[in-house]
Amino acid sequence: MNALLSGARFTAKRLVGAALVLLVLSVALYSLFYLLPGDPARLACGERCDPSQVAQVRERLGLDEPVHAQYAHFLQGLFTGRDYSAGTSVRHCAAPCLGLSHQNDQPVSTLIVEGFPATLSLAVGAMTLCLLLGVGTGLLSALRRGGITERVLTVLTLAGTGTPVFLLGLLLLMVVCAYLRWLPFPSYVPLAEDPEQWAWNMLLPWLTLGLFESAKYARLTRASTLEVLAEDHIRTFRAYGVGERAVVARHALRGALPPVIALGALDLGTMLGGAMITESLFGLPGLGRLLIGSVRDVDLPVVVGVVLVIGTAVVVANAVADVLHALADRRVLPS
Amino acid sequence: MTPRTAPGTDAPGTDAPDTDAEPGAVPEAGAVPPASGALVQVDGLTVDFPVGGGTVRAVDGLSFRLEAGGALGIVGESGSGKSTVAQALLGLHRGTGARLGGTVRVDGTDVGAASVRELRALRGATAAMVFQDPLSSLDPYLAVGAQIAEVQRAHDPRLSRRAARRRAVAVLDRVGVPDAARRARSRPHEFSGGQRQRVLIAMALACAPRVIVADEPTTALDVTVQAQILDLLHEVRTETGTGLLLVSHDLGVVAGSVDDMLVMRHGRVVERGPVARVLGAPAEPYTRELLAAVPRVETPRRRPPDLRKRAGAGTGGTRADGPLLEAVGVRREFGRGRDRTVAVDDVSLTVAAGETLGVVGESGSGKTTLGRMLVRLLAPTRGTVRYDGRALTGVRGDVQMVFQDPVSSLNPRRSVGESVADPLRAAGTLTDAEVTRRVRELLERVGLDPDAYHRYPHEFSGGQRQRVGIARALAPEPRLIVCDEPVSALDVTTQAQILELLARLQGELGLALVLIAHDLAVVRQVSDRVAVMRRGVVVEEGPVDTVYDAPRDPYTRALLAAVPVLDPVEAAARRAARRGATAEHAPG
Repeated sequence: MNALLSGARFTAKRLVGAALVLLVLSVALYSLFYLLPGDPARLACGERCDPSQVAQVRERLGLDEPVHAQYAHFLQGLFTGRDYSAGTSVRHCAAPCLGLSHQNDQPVSTLIVEGFPATLSLAVGAMTLCLLLGVGTGLLSALRRGGITERVLTVLTLAGTGTPVFLLGLLLLMVVCAYLRWLPFPSYVPLAEDPEQWAWNMLLPWLTLGLFESAKYARLTRASTLEVLAEDHIRTFRAYGVGERAVVARHALRGALPPVIALGALDLGTMLGGAMITESLFGLPGLGRLLIGSVRDVDLPVVVGVVLVIGTAVVVANAVADVLHALADRRVLPS
Repeated sequence: MTPRTAPGTDAPGTDAPDTDAEPGAVPEAGAVPPASGALVQVDGLTVDFPVGGGTVRAVDGLSFRLEAGGALGIVGESGSGKSTVAQALLGLHRGTGARLGGTVRVDGTDVGAASVRELRALRGATAAMVFQDPLSSLDPYLAVGAQIAEVQRAHDPRLSRRAARRRAVAVLDRVGVPDAARRARSRPHEFSGGQRQRVLIAMALACAPRVIVADEPTTALDVTVQAQILDLLHEVRTETGTGLLLVSHDLGVVAGSVDDMLVMRHGRVVERGPVARVLGAPAEPYTRELLAAVPRVETPRRRPPDLRKRAGAGTGGTRADGPLLEAVGVRREFGRGRDRTVAVDDVSLTVAAGETLGVVGESGSGKTTLGRMLVRLLAPTRGTVRYDGRALTGVRGDVQMVFQDPVSSLNPRRSVGESVADPLRAAGTLTDAEVTRRVRELLERVGLDPDAYHRYPHEFSGGQRQRVGIARALAPEPRLIVCDEPVSALDVTTQAQILELLARLQGELGLALVLIAHDLAVVRQVSDRVAVMRRGVVVEEGPVDTVYDAPRDPYTRALLAAVPVLDPVEAAARRAARRGATAEHAPG
């Protein structure tokens, strides 16, 4: 009962901490508007605006207000939505309102929601593949330490860490689609439309990102497994006749996985914000592509919105990983 | 002195088998006919560890046997190979690169030749090991009940999960873990050190083994808890008829717990026989040396009484009659809010010039925190520390400290000479040449070669490193040194040498010492006065012989009663007394 209570307190503390981090992040991002050279109203209006149009845009976006008031409106828009009005025309931006895109006047939240399925597909698939592959090879090379298996795996993972993701993706595309013709060149099909086509088309992006990321998981898993295998309690269970498989599965893995989970949460968060290179390479209409496009066009509301989403994903994933870690290892909880 | 193998001159009635011979003369594994009845039979055991390019022989031609239900102690200093023997009984060297020779038979199984399956059946079910550090020896992630149940199910796969859990609760109850059904669901970190060791013993008992191999089972424990654990092992042995092989560096621990003992040195047996004979009338010089080095809690201090007078006369500038160092109502808290703990609470002490104040207490009693406040490494939360009548506000050269762990308290990347020179350089009054000369003097003074200046800590033994630590403390010419557990990491013979050095320096330099230790015997041998600490408070303070011979506080009495004694008869009497005393209290 007591453990449950301290567990709940721990979780609550983590979540409050996450919320605070996000608040700080939003302030930092919002300052972007003012730190960047150039007039936001002019940026929003476009190259060919005359001063009166710029003034109109300034009033409509509330850029004539003091900075803190603008930030307050921004926060308020996040929770309750806000209206942009100039003269008679009123544009409503619904509840998690992150502003309007300078490029096409669409709410940023709509753009993010449109890009999210592709990003989510890529992140979840690639992360699953990466964990299976990374933890598997890491564990294998820890258990076969000093053998030929370990040496081969070490070389492979080193190669994996050293290969840039765009090179890996291009190679896969060339070999699988152009040379062997096992798969057509991928083009994104939403999961809801055709699950089978979705999976086939996502296969190469998953492989690219998953293979690339798995190398570091292999190294981390190997190192932390070897560390745990050298601990006294492993010796205890060996000295009590518990089989090697049970020793590894029940005792070594439990100790070796928390750092892997922590890193996984961080990476999953980053991937949920869009794996820019992979998305661009395979033409996936995800957040990464959205971010690259908006940076190129200096579409500040979109940049701020997407980065805020990435931040949220990372922070939340971290909080979840902390809670998972505490569940596995109760020593983390304050007594 | 050259190490010797077990001589054939043992007293009659020892357990030395006829097959005990020089290494090399022992036939290969399998050729020895199984001895009838012996639970453990070891013949000509050798263990070689690969080190660098070559090998190091840790065990060299060891032979012994242990009858069913018997109890054998193996004692030796660090590096004697005693733990290696314990591990060899369970075949724990398999797959580690160590090379074993000779034969080890446990309950009929040839451990060297056994298959992996046979070995697994042996481990835990026939021979169960109790390890030294119960915290690190249990899986931190799992409930202790589940861990014990797992061991049972490894040996009896037909046992249901539920039945295994029930049995785990039963053994936990058996070893005196209170509220066993609930505590079985707790994780190791939720237990105290002594309770954790009980959990490990419960695990050992889980499969009703024929012999328990206990490797330093009480070394990490406080003296009162140690007594409880040794009592438990004794009780288990008498009730279940389980054999016991007890490995320890502590002669006192062995004296009260086993029937026969082996003294090991450099991988060989120096002496063996019944405990009373070996400890009462040792035949070998090495055994006598070991025994002589063991500090006795019951013997008053051997010290020329005129030393203090001489010391007081030798140091000028002391304010007449006033104490050299005085702590007035010092208190130290750690943490804030709900996490706040009080490590030291309202402690007042005085140390006169040239005298030694011993501070004893068990772990967590606040003795180290107090020591650090005395040298002002820590600021008291309340109260003041006065040196020579003035309040100390920071670390100063007159009051120095020697730390417990000579390995981690010396910078491994600096030569020892540089480490000793640091305080001199910090003072900034000497030229480089003077510093070097002074460091060489100091090294010589603590019994090291002055040319050791340029060597690094890892090139020294534990005792030598502690000498370096002492030289460093002497460098600023202090008048008082606080020694925090200066000898607890050392073997008894080395321990005796370091204590002797401290006494000699005290005489020569007129130093005042504050000696902090958990070992009551060590404190008695070097102190003029002693303060007993418990939970941050000094429960008793006075002249050392008064406190030890006529303790007023019940806690002091309990501490003294728990100290292991070298006389097996006396040990048995004390055990009986403790059992009587704890009959009305819950064990814990």
